[in-house]
Amino acid sequence: MSTRIAQHGRLIDRNTPVKFTFNGQSLSGFHGDTLASALLASDQMLMGRSFKYHRPRGVVASGAEEPNALMGLGTGARFEPNQRATTTELFGGLQARSQNHWPSLEHDIGAVNTYLSRFLPAGFYYKMFMYPRAFWKHVYEPFIRMSAGLGQAPTDKDADTYEHFYAFADVLVIGGGIAGLQSAYSAARSGAKVLLLEQTAHWGGRAPVDGGHVDDKPVDTFVDELVSELESMPNVTMLTRCMGAGIYDHGYATGYQRLTDHTPGTDGPRHRLWRIRATRIITATGAIERPLSFAGNDVPGVMLASAMRDYLVNHGVTIGQRIVVVTNNDDAYRTAICLHKVGVNVLRILDARPAGGGALMQEARDIGIRIDPGRGIAKVTGGKRVKKVHICAQDGSGGALEELACDAVAMSGGWSPVVHLWSHCGGKLTWDRDLAHFRPDATRPPTGSDGSGFTSVAGCANGHMGLGDILRDAISAGKAAAKEAGFKPKKQATPQSVAADEAPLEPVWLMPRNARYSLRMKTWLDFQNDVKVSDVQLAAREGYESVEHTKRYTTLGMATDQGKLSNINGLATLANALNADIPTVGTTTFRPPYTPISMGSIGGEARDEIFQPIRRTPMHEWHEANNADFEPVGHWRRPYAFPRHGETTHDAVTREVNNTRQHLGLLDASSLGKLLVKGPDAGKFLDMLYTNMMSSLKPGRCRYGLMCSENGFLIDDGVVARIDDDTFLCHTTTGGADRIHGLMEEWLQTEWWDWQVYVANLTEQYAQIGVVGPNARKVLEKLGGMDVSADALSFMGWADGVIGGFNARVYRISFSGELSFEIAVAASQGRAFWDALMAAGQEFGVMPYGTEALHIMRAEKGFIMIGDESDGTVIPQDLGLHWAISKKKDDYLGKRAHARMAMTDTDRWQLVGLETTDGSTLPDGAYATAQGVNANGQRMTQGRVTSTYHSPTLNKGIAMGLVHHGPDRMGEVLEFPGIDGKVTHATIVNPVFFDPEGEKQNV
Amino acid sequence: MLILHCPYCGVKGEETEFAPGGEAHLARHGPGSTDDDFKSYLFSRKNPRGVHFERWRHASGCGKWFHAARATDTLEVYATYKAQTLAPPKQVLDIIAKKRPGWNI
Amino acid sequence: MSDAISALNHAQFTGFAEVEECGLQGMITLRGDLTSKPLIAGARTAGGRDGRDGKMPKMGMAEVAISVADRNGVCWMSPDEVLVLCPYDKVEAQLMALTTKLGKTHALAVNVSDARAMFRVSGGTAAREVLAKLCPVDMSPGAFKPGMFRRTRMAQVAAAFWMDDSEDIYIICFRSVAQYVFDLLKIAAQPGSQVGVY
Repeated sequence: MSTRIAQHGRLIDRNTPVKFTFNGQSLSGFHGDTLASALLASDQMLMGRSFKYHRPRGVVASGAEEPNALMGLGTGARFEPNQRATTTELFGGLQARSQNHWPSLEHDIGAVNTYLSRFLPAGFYYKMFMYPRAFWKHVYEPFIRMSAGLGQAPTDKDADTYEHFYAFADVLVIGGGIAGLQSAYSAARSGAKVLLLEQTAHWGGRAPVDGGHVDDKPVDTFVDELVSELESMPNVTMLTRCMGAGIYDHGYATGYQRLTDHTPGTDGPRHRLWRIRATRIITATGAIERPLSFAGNDVPGVMLASAMRDYLVNHGVTIGQRIVVVTNNDDAYRTAICLHKVGVNVLRILDARPAGGGALMQEARDIGIRIDPGRGIAKVTGGKRVKKVHICAQDGSGGALEELACDAVAMSGGWSPVVHLWSHCGGKLTWDRDLAHFRPDATRPPTGSDGSGFTSVAGCANGHMGLGDILRDAISAGKAAAKEAGFKPKKQATPQSVAADEAPLEPVWLMPRNARYSLRMKTWLDFQNDVKVSDVQLAAREGYESVEHTKRYTTLGMATDQGKLSNINGLATLANALNADIPTVGTTTFRPPYTPISMGSIGGEARDEIFQPIRRTPMHEWHEANNADFEPVGHWRRPYAFPRHGETTHDAVTREVNNTRQHLGLLDASSLGKLLVKGPDAGKFLDMLYTNMMSSLKPGRCRYGLMCSENGFLIDDGVVARIDDDTFLCHTTTGGADRIHGLMEEWLQTEWWDWQVYVANLTEQYAQIGVVGPNARKVLEKLGGMDVSADALSFMGWADGVIGGFNARVYRISFSGELSFEIAVAASQGRAFWDALMAAGQEFGVMPYGTEALHIMRAEKGFIMIGDESDGTVIPQDLGLHWAISKKKDDYLGKRAHARMAMTDTDRWQLVGLETTDGSTLPDGAYATAQGVNANGQRMTQGRVTSTYHSPTLNKGIAMGLVHHGPDRMGEVLEFPGIDGKVTHATIVNPVFFDPEGEKQNV
Repeated sequence: MLILHCPYCGVKGEETEFAPGGEAHLARHGPGSTDDDFKSYLFSRKNPRGVHFERWRHASGCGKWFHAARATDTLEVYATYKAQTLAPPKQVLDIIAKKRPGWNI
Repeated sequence: MSDAISALNHAQFTGFAEVEECGLQGMITLRGDLTSKPLIAGARTAGGRDGRDGKMPKMGMAEVAISVADRNGVCWMSPDEVLVLCPYDKVEAQLMALTTKLGKTHALAVNVSDARAMFRVSGGTAAREVLAKLCPVDMSPGAFKPGMFRRTRMAQVAAAFWMDDSEDIYIICFRSVAQYVFDLLKIAAQPGSQVGVY
């Protein structure tokens, strides 16, 4: 059994017990425990089940690399699946649930898959679910969907907040182990601004667990002193619980800080994503121990030797009473010695190397541990817990020499540097034959904006495994980074440490070397995804030679741990199966983040009301208070209609149209773009931007204009007012304001930079209100001030003046066909002016109207709308707007394009009005069908609907559309099938449905 | 995510402050130009693996358009320079030639 | 002029830093040749920076004084643009005076007071942290100093800010997104979220 002992436990506070629950059962641990160590202390070795076979799984590691011990944490609005027990700090009230089992962790129906595993090899799904095709939709897909996915998705809205923080450093050090601390210190002594990140809550990494001396001090004392020294330096920022998540182009890096995961519900954000720019980055990310590949290596109780040592030293927890250690290197001897010293019975050290190890072996032997060199494990037996190991010769095929009853196995297959962060942005790796691992190739680092390498590596992550080597490497990395960041490193004595004389590791990729098939198919590579040695070998036999393909075929390394334990063993297995060198086979791509980070942290503050900016006009609050149905127009929210009590939106729109046509309507037009264009060349500039002539416009007058892209396509329209000789105010569509402003700047800056023109975007300076309807003039006259009579202010004129005490600019323009004034006042007075108009308009029947009424009224008048009649493929000529295209001008944007063959083609669809034969409303976007079918067997088409409405004014369905030779086919009836199959018939008519003479607006 | 230096306001900012604008130094072909010239102006763009001259706008900053000489393979930015020019300035070409011997525009 | 109200009418929030919408502020966009003498003189006068041999603020800088008695300044926006600050009720008069000074100089001077909202974030280093959560700018005391003026993005919208001698930070954004910016500042300044790095 696993249990807490009286010795060790450097990270726990035995005076502070902490209560938590696991699968509903109350348990207790200590402050400083991880969830994994607390569960182990309560003899809860079984922590989950594997994904495919639902095999019982215990914790195998002690850190971020853990593949098995995944939990659902918390409840309700703070539930989160797939959290590693090994990196979850224990807190009072923590609620954890194991995953991937039914009905319970102890008894699981899906575990039957393990007996079928012979029939579920790599590629099973691809092969099995191919035929018959008809089975796919109703049999295979539901089955696969049911078994897919790990952990449960939360159902409640997340209760927490998240944020970003933009940080800048000369040197960023990722990893707060001894190498990270030392390199941070060496860099910081130069005066460089250093940011140091550590993913756990503690500094020092593995060094205090592994022990040793630096400058005759115990290594943990050395670490403590180094930490205090760093803390006292003003140019150093140190963050714990902050994982270096990714390294990206040009020295960008992300840090994932978990602020309140261990104290849920406290004030402030739960996670903070550090968005870091560093001149130089040092990855001191340590190394991860590799499992050994023997049959039954996934049975709960089989654990990495280093993890077993961590739980003992850090948390005072022993994993078993009778332990077998199996290794191919000297480091596992430390675990054996450590366990032996606290009274655990270390039954045997099986060392796969025929000659065994170095000084540590001698030390183990001296304290009485039996060591069997040249031996390995043929298989481990036991269901939910290790019961027995079958010992064999490493050089054989698995014939058992001896069976040994035990309750835990510590394994070590050597160490792999954590090269992930180095590799994220293109750092290359080199294969180290002696240590049998990939490590960063310092000659091929990721390169930054100046072309030089911006990342270096220090310590274990760089392939240095001894304390003295690590410190030397860290100092040189720290000094080099500071120097490259423009600082002068200071001289520094190298701390001295004497390393134990270690014998070289011997690579072991399969145990025993020639294990028979029945063993290989019980030998796990990827614990979470149930990928075994036999699966990778099968993939190789089936022709998957690329490691990337094998990964996807077998799912090796595709689990939430992204193969931190399995990658190297997997690709070594593949290399052996292909008779290739490991470096030739290469690794799969390392991608950020290093471990999964919360979606919340990625989104940061962008959620709820500020998920995206919402632009509000000065009258927005009035609209809200008056029950506006808003519609998004770009980031603006514009009232679609103002439904009154008991009204549907459609009722409201109808009322608003009728009221505006008969009495008086107010439109909030503030979001329309207003661009001021000024300078001696302003007229010439606008002549280039608009298809029509603007330079001939007289001050005091307005002109409707069209803008095209260089492609000739219509991109925007609006009314231009000439303010004075060298000043114009250009109105754009709501959605076009920023785009057209950008376009003006672009042409002025990059093509016509010698033209004397300046542009300013005044869109938001003004609240603009459309005062529309037969009573429009009356309400303005009642408010009093300037003369708005037809004589003083004629159609398409503008004037400055005062209305009701407000300084105003009044444009006599109409988009509805009614008598209409668009009035601009300072935005800060917009609400007051709106209120004044509403009050004064009472006796004239004033009502506000929304964008839908606006659209209907313009369609009744046959006015086009950018985005309805235009869609990026339509030229003004298609819309019958030839009158707005100047023939006098030598040039304008789009003129050359308008001369292209495709643009002058008389077969282009042309704008017409469409009137349904039965008065119904045409479906939006419907196509007019023609005779015959095209090459794809689809009906031929001869036109389409661009705008369609029920007209309250005419009480029938009206529409605009583009039709082949449309204007020549007046009176013809076209067929428009809807998506429901129903065919609507519509007659081609003039697009101006209402008041074609313009009598209503010219009063 | 790139870092770019705006030659107008001096800011060395991250890519999110800027907006890309495609290939630089295109010659405008207007009315009267041949179909081939016009087609090339509208639609043909270089897509080199290596040195590329491109347009950027400091969209969230000073609003100015500028040009960048950048390697599309390594992402190295050789130089940024003002947009009021028809071709890359000599200093920029010299920097690139030094960094990439044998390279020709 | 009646009933002029700023976008959020002096809304306030107190977290680990103070956030306040500053009310109406006069602002004039002035575009032109920033080395032109009439333009320099006009900008300095309109922005309350009197002095005959004065200069334009340098690239990336602003000369601003915001206090009970004073709401004036000139901010460098781009190589051909400055933003002139003055009291809201004086803006039309100042604009007139500026236009007169410009005479025939090719320039554009226009009132943009109502197109903008202005916020103050105060609390010393706390204010710096609030900005650093939202803008991709180095807000550390060594990098961002009083007198500097920075145009950038604040989360998803454009913003500009500067810092005065008491290390209060003033932010200008578009009026339509004033509520968005206020909400951003509120969450960035929420209690318990102080970073403690500066």
